[in-house]
Amino acid sequence: MRELELLKTIAASPKAQLEKTLAEGKKVIGVMPYFCPEELVYAAGMAPFGLWGAEMQANESKRYFPAFICSILHTTLEMGLRGELNALSGIMIPISCDSLKGMGANWQYGVKTVPVINVAYAQNRKIAAGDEFSRSQMMKVKGELEEICGHAITNEDIAAAVAVYNENRAAICAFTEAVGAKPGLISAADRSAAIKAGYFMDRKEHTDLLTALTESINAAPAPVWKGLKVVTTGIIADSPELLKIFDENGIAVVADQIAQESVDARYPTPVTEDPVLGMAQRYGRIEGCSVLYDPVKERGHQLVDIAKANGADGIIWVMTKFCDPEEFDYVPVKRMVDAAGIPLLAIEVDQQMVNFEQARNAVLTFAEMLG
Amino acid sequence: MSEIPERKPAKIILRELQDKIAQDAWDAKLRGEKVGWCASNFPQEITTAMGIHVVYPENMGAAVGAKGGGLRMCQHAEDMGYSSDLCSYARINFAYADIKKCEELEIPFPDFLLCCNNICNCMIKWYENLSLELNVPLILIDIPHLDAMECSADRVKYIRAQFDDAIAQLEEITGKKMDYDKLRSVMEVSQRSSQAWLKAVGYMACEPSPFSGFDIFNNMAVACVGRGTVAAAEAFEALAEDYEALAKEGKSSFKGEEKYRILFEGIACWANLKYTYKALQSRGMNLTASVYGPAFSFIYSNLDELMAAYSYVPNSNCFERELKLRVDDAINNKVDGAVFHMNRSCKHWSGTLYEMERQFREQTGVPTVCFDGDQSDPRVFSEAQYDTRVEALMEIMDENKRAKEGKTNA
Repeated sequence: MRELELLKTIAASPKAQLEKTLAEGKKVIGVMPYFCPEELVYAAGMAPFGLWGAEMQANESKRYFPAFICSILHTTLEMGLRGELNALSGIMIPISCDSLKGMGANWQYGVKTVPVINVAYAQNRKIAAGDEFSRSQMMKVKGELEEICGHAITNEDIAAAVAVYNENRAAICAFTEAVGAKPGLISAADRSAAIKAGYFMDRKEHTDLLTALTESINAAPAPVWKGLKVVTTGIIADSPELLKIFDENGIAVVADQIAQESVDARYPTPVTEDPVLGMAQRYGRIEGCSVLYDPVKERGHQLVDIAKANGADGIIWVMTKFCDPEEFDYVPVKRMVDAAGIPLLAIEVDQQMVNFEQARNAVLTFAEMLG
Repeated sequence: MSEIPERKPAKIILRELQDKIAQDAWDAKLRGEKVGWCASNFPQEITTAMGIHVVYPENMGAAVGAKGGGLRMCQHAEDMGYSSDLCSYARINFAYADIKKCEELEIPFPDFLLCCNNICNCMIKWYENLSLELNVPLILIDIPHLDAMECSADRVKYIRAQFDDAIAQLEEITGKKMDYDKLRSVMEVSQRSSQAWLKAVGYMACEPSPFSGFDIFNNMAVACVGRGTVAAAEAFEALAEDYEALAKEGKSSFKGEEKYRILFEGIACWANLKYTYKALQSRGMNLTASVYGPAFSFIYSNLDELMAAYSYVPNSNCFERELKLRVDDAINNKVDGAVFHMNRSCKHWSGTLYEMERQFREQTGVPTVCFDGDQSDPRVFSEAQYDTRVEALMEIMDENKRAKEGKTNA
């Protein structure tokens, strides 16, 4: 599977990918989680570049954030403070959680070379006024991007970008479905890398590679699988070291509810006459993520449904350390999962982790219990 | 002769009023009226005008913390599965919602929830869980964090739509109708209260300040829960009168000589309130500036301005506006130093605290120290660390004072 190797290389070397994109003469805009309007960057002829932290030790960032802020923010800021992201023409930072609300100011004063594009959304997402506000804020973002790219972003450009992103989301869903149907064929680490690569490359190219990979998976014979099938949930689950532990213990990820993976991909943008309104409406439809207002904990219902639909033996909650939206969700969602009779394991992870023994022991015990 | 009017001291009036507001909610519950749990910065104009009684879990969290129950309640929530990383007010409230008892303070259980995230998104998650746990409806007014000094027109429009929607939902839940004449009247009274509260805390600018700044933490509860009532407006006017009378005489309720004037940044450490106060007071350091108390004043002249006013609460502003609040407060109230509370519960407030401290120091020239603590979980606070930091601040302020006096003498 040549495509898989390519995707893995890209996922493992975002810096090289950034340099490649810059060498092509494109301006690059950093995109932080969650759900920033990447399509507008694409429509402007610029390249979005996902910033979900990095596995590294944060030092400089501690002059800005206290230790109890999540490592996604710490390590992203760390890269900025070290000058590793100076080539970016801007960075989109949303206000999805309380820690992100501080990220904008810390970046602005710490990394003076890369301007901040603030992204606000309506949390009251199911009312017309919410769509209208989210749209209005996206138009503000569009204006700031136009200043950076130096030309107007037309509705046609946006509609075309929406189509590219919708195709990509469909390709990610088809890929995860194919992987889930044949456990043992694609490792947990490879599954994650194939999706993650999309954050660092042109979405069209990502779609092409992923589609070819999915075709190969569909064409391949299903291995005999005697291991466990799990669904993952959380913000991010891309640590190769952690995912290796899944593989070591015969655990296949058959589906996910991870913000960086399928949560975004499940929801295509509705095609509307005003494409920005469609983008705002999409935001209102997304479920399964703790940073979005979810008064009935649809996330829990969805998680149970995903686990049942995929015949999962259990759920692994990859808990980002110091992520309070996740920590709040954990209690009621676990209760819903328990009520459905599905075993759940929560593992706390941090991108600054160097010792995975605790996670290894937890996964091993979970696997033994379920096995 | 003292010029303090012949009536109860305002602080007593405020305490009694606070008790009455709490009792009114219990009475309403007993009468079978629908009672709500409400976020501290939810537009109180709605419930006051509709005659709906609400109570405030955040105030309960503070009170339970201050009365020594924080650790026990937080640990219960942790036993339920909640991380110790979460806001201690939320943990205390989850524990109360679960065990339905709290020896330090109890509030009537809600028939509905009113949430507003202008102080933090944590409120949303907290109230989502309560809604499920207690099986009661949740009404959210989402006030997005500002990214500019002023609240934009699209934000005002969005908040207004939710304001109207909240009224409609409350009418359905409680069976009470909004009287828009009453709403206008409540808005006027709220302005009167807010202005009086601001006037009262404004006396901190006097030298010496006529009161111990920690009194703000005691008196602000009514500003939070009752500012739409005439009784609250009168109580704050009385408070301003009391402070004015003391200021005229150069007297102060602060015990001892006010040697230094400080800004206290952040929410009080309720569980360690006495210690944090004593460590300052024993060194002659009086709190004369804090954005936390005045936070419960909302200045507006019409409904659209009301929407914007609720965007300007501390924690909802952009960094520059937050900084200006503190710098202006420090300059107006002539502080000699500042103590910054790195509050473990509050990720948003703490997330920019280091940069806030740096820029505050640069703009005011005032020395600062930072200590680790928590609003209601006593485990985070260290007396030794606090003492060391306060001592260090005093040494710098001493030095600055000597240098200033030297200059004056020269």
